Amino acid sequence: MIHTPHVDWFSISTLLVLLGASFLALLSAVLVPRAARRAVAAAIAGLGFAGGLVTSIWLYVDSAGGHRVIGDAFYRDRWTALGQILICGIGLATTLVGAEQIAHRDDAHIAEFFSLLLACAAGMAFFIGSANLMVMFLSLEWFSIALYVMCAIDYDVEGSLEAGLKYLVVGSFGSAALLFGSALVYGATNHIGFAEIGAAGHSHDTLLVLGLAMLIAGLGFKSSAAPFHMWTPDVYEGAPTPVTAFMSAATKVAAFMLAFRVLRTAFPQEEHLWSWALMGIAVASLVVGNFAALVQRNVKRMLAYSSISHAGFILIGLAAATPLGGRAFVYYLIPYSAMAFGSFAIVGSRERELGAPVTLENLAGFGWERPFLGVAMWFFLFGFAGLPLTGGFTGKFYVFAAAYQHGWAWLVVIGVLATLVSLWYYLAIVRAMYMRDELRVAVAGGSPPREPLLHAAVGLSLVVATGSLFAVRPLIDLAKHATNALPF
Amino acid sequence: MNLTSVLIWLPIAGALAVWILPLSRYATGSLAVLVSLAEVGIWIEQAIRFNFGHGGLQFEQRARWIPDLHSSYHVGVYGFSLWLVGLTVVAMAACTAYGFWVGRDRPRAYFGLMLFLTGATVGVFVAQDLLLFYAFFEGMLIPLYVLIGVWGGPGRLGATIKLLIYTMTGSLLMLAALIAYGLHGGTFDLVDGTFSASRWIFLGFMFAFSIKAPLFPFHGWLPDAYREAPPEVTAILSGVVAKAGTYGMLRIAIAKFPDPTGYYRTVILVLAAAALVYGSLLAFRAPDLRGVVAYSSLAQSGLIAIGLFSGTNLGFDGAVLQMVAHGLISTTLFLLAGTIERRTTTGEFALLGGMARGRPALATLLMTVGIISLAVPGSASFAGEFLILAGAFQRAWWWAAIGAAAVVLAAMYMLRAISAVLHEARGSLVQDEALDLRTGELALIVPLVAALLFISAWPGGIAHHSFPADSPVLSIGTGFK
Repeated sequence: MIHTPHVDWFSISTLLVLLGASFLALLSAVLVPRAARRAVAAAIAGLGFAGGLVTSIWLYVDSAGGHRVIGDAFYRDRWTALGQILICGIGLATTLVGAEQIAHRDDAHIAEFFSLLLACAAGMAFFIGSANLMVMFLSLEWFSIALYVMCAIDYDVEGSLEAGLKYLVVGSFGSAALLFGSALVYGATNHIGFAEIGAAGHSHDTLLVLGLAMLIAGLGFKSSAAPFHMWTPDVYEGAPTPVTAFMSAATKVAAFMLAFRVLRTAFPQEEHLWSWALMGIAVASLVVGNFAALVQRNVKRMLAYSSISHAGFILIGLAAATPLGGRAFVYYLIPYSAMAFGSFAIVGSRERELGAPVTLENLAGFGWERPFLGVAMWFFLFGFAGLPLTGGFTGKFYVFAAAYQHGWAWLVVIGVLATLVSLWYYLAIVRAMYMRDELRVAVAGGSPPREPLLHAAVGLSLVVATGSLFAVRPLIDLAKHATNALPF
Repeated sequence: MNLTSVLIWLPIAGALAVWILPLSRYATGSLAVLVSLAEVGIWIEQAIRFNFGHGGLQFEQRARWIPDLHSSYHVGVYGFSLWLVGLTVVAMAACTAYGFWVGRDRPRAYFGLMLFLTGATVGVFVAQDLLLFYAFFEGMLIPLYVLIGVWGGPGRLGATIKLLIYTMTGSLLMLAALIAYGLHGGTFDLVDGTFSASRWIFLGFMFAFSIKAPLFPFHGWLPDAYREAPPEVTAILSGVVAKAGTYGMLRIAIAKFPDPTGYYRTVILVLAAAALVYGSLLAFRAPDLRGVVAYSSLAQSGLIAIGLFSGTNLGFDGAVLQMVAHGLISTTLFLLAGTIERRTTTGEFALLGGMARGRPALATLLMTVGIISLAVPGSASFAGEFLILAGAFQRAWWWAAIGAAAVVLAAMYMLRAISAVLHEARGSLVQDEALDLRTGELALIVPLVAALLFISAWPGGIAHHSFPADSPVLSIGTGFK
């Protein structure tokens, strides 16, 4: 007879809410007439994410002392809850944008999009809380498969299908690396639980170190850090823009938060190894992301490289491996997610207006034509560059402080130089939007679309991005309580 | 309400209002001018209530910002920062009014940025926390970048790129330096922070300030930016923003790094003297009015740095006085250059000349400011330069000798500029129909000149009211306690 563990249903309530909404959205694809389908599915998704937000905030409040639940397979603690809050917030914004932006002939598959989005977010929420290698791999595949399909959902567009396929191939490679790494770690320690692996007390075991390296590589693929970033520009460019926006923000949150937990919990003895490895990956990401972005003309591609470079900045915090580093990168993720999401959403709006990929050339005059979106983009770009308009400024300050405190003053200098290089391409977009003569484009479909939901989502991102500059203390307190759940 | 915070946040709130409210062109401009005049009023109130006998920080406010790294929102004013804030609000009011008078395109964006710039610049001069200082220091750059890039002349894109690359290189090194300083000392607070002996950190700060000021080899951004920006923005750049560089030298580099300051004193004095002489020579060779004022600003930054790094009481007093006096002078001169360019479409001396005939107001004002700027005895800048040179003399006589030579050069380039614009044969682009200064222009330039004349009459008002007990060296040595 199989022994069933006690299930703490409340600990997975966010997952259940999201999955339930996903199920309802899928039902609406069949039951709701086509004319109302987009509205109904979007409303279900919006409610689902709102519900997820409520439960994850509740979990955050109610899980001060972290512990494992359901046969020690899942963490109920503030680290998980904070990650879930971020994912649900990003999902909510994606719903707003997707409701207007996911174009499809006569809305045939719009409900499936929302269903997949909810399922994907549920997978990420599961991923962040996973407490053993099995659950980690399972949830990784869960959200990855949803993402592959979402990338290809606009299958009329050639690039979309290509993006989905590319992501599938490269992403599977990353998953395989993760799985292989998990197998090696299990082989070396005879455990799958993170805490048990950490407690097994083993150092300088070749198998284990190899497994650790494979795990880091697998997570590197997901977080699009160099040298595991090859898929990023192509997929970000080809995927429907709301999906790109979601991926650039949510996938990073999930991958980085899980990575820090795994490394801190399961491999504390190998800290000297993974800390240096992550530092190397961070430097590589900073170099590759920034220099490759310099030569891009396609704005989505440029932002894709920028997201690689930000993976580098975030990894500085992870690499420092200290409580300050943990706080620093969790804080960094908040304004970064808002800025990444917002900037892709704005590019998506221009893309729809033009009916063509957005390049630096056809962005000319955009800032004056669409003042709100222009100003928001301006904030995001300056924020990416670390100027004090958004929390990107304090985030950079935090990760640099973490690196300095760890004794890596030279890493601060590299980060500073990378920031300097990044200014060049961020400002190229500002120049294109504001300082070139307006382009007389044949706008596809008359006057620019009104897009109230997109404006709301961009406004939300702007509030979060700018607000995080002022409300550093409450956000850092959140991050601090979340970090306390991890062993140091 | 804390007056210092009001001075920072009122214009930023004004900027948000201008951006959000769909006001007409006229209403937008009026609102912006009103806010900037209110700033002047608040500053006067602050100056009246300021206790010059008391040494410490006044109008202080501290709020928690990033407690776990010991950085806070901490603002307040010392005597010398009070004067620089005054310079900022007065110059910004004049320049905002100038933008209103000439009717800049896209008024909501323009005036919002001008107000934002006001708030950020005031913030630089009152911030008492390094990270906050840095935020405002960078914050100034954002509106400047757009103001030049959108409303500037034909070469504006190149100018903005140069400006940004230069200043951001400096600022980001400063960021690295301030992280090192703050984490070493355990606090980012400028008042609580201890002295540091680290030469690297000192150089990080000095690099940023030398670019902003600018000093000799770091001035590559200056000619393009000053020529391509709209005149009122150039006025702010050279009159106010450049002073943020020299202010930073005083408040941070010298005040927090006594040992490195001593170690690098000679090097910095050499660079400052080079800026002074080289700038003066370039000003003498410049073919246009803005070029003359731009290079003379480079020279004046060098002179101010000589005063600061002479490390003497007279030098510090003179440097603060000269920062304010030169700020007002170059603001006025650039605004006058703007009015001349509007009338003749050019600032080139070859195409100008004979403008004094039939334009008494323009001639009088340009002449007055020109004469003040070439340091005629009795003028504000004479007082400033004299104090600086006397201070430099106490350090070593040859610094004073170089400085005195540069003062002679100043007379040469300024007189050359004045005669090329006002006198000589009538230039080919000077039409008889080109009017004298209009009431609106007078209304914003005359107060600036009046302020200059006031300082000329009573330079001690600033020079003796910048540091407590008239002893800058002592007060810097004790960390302004």
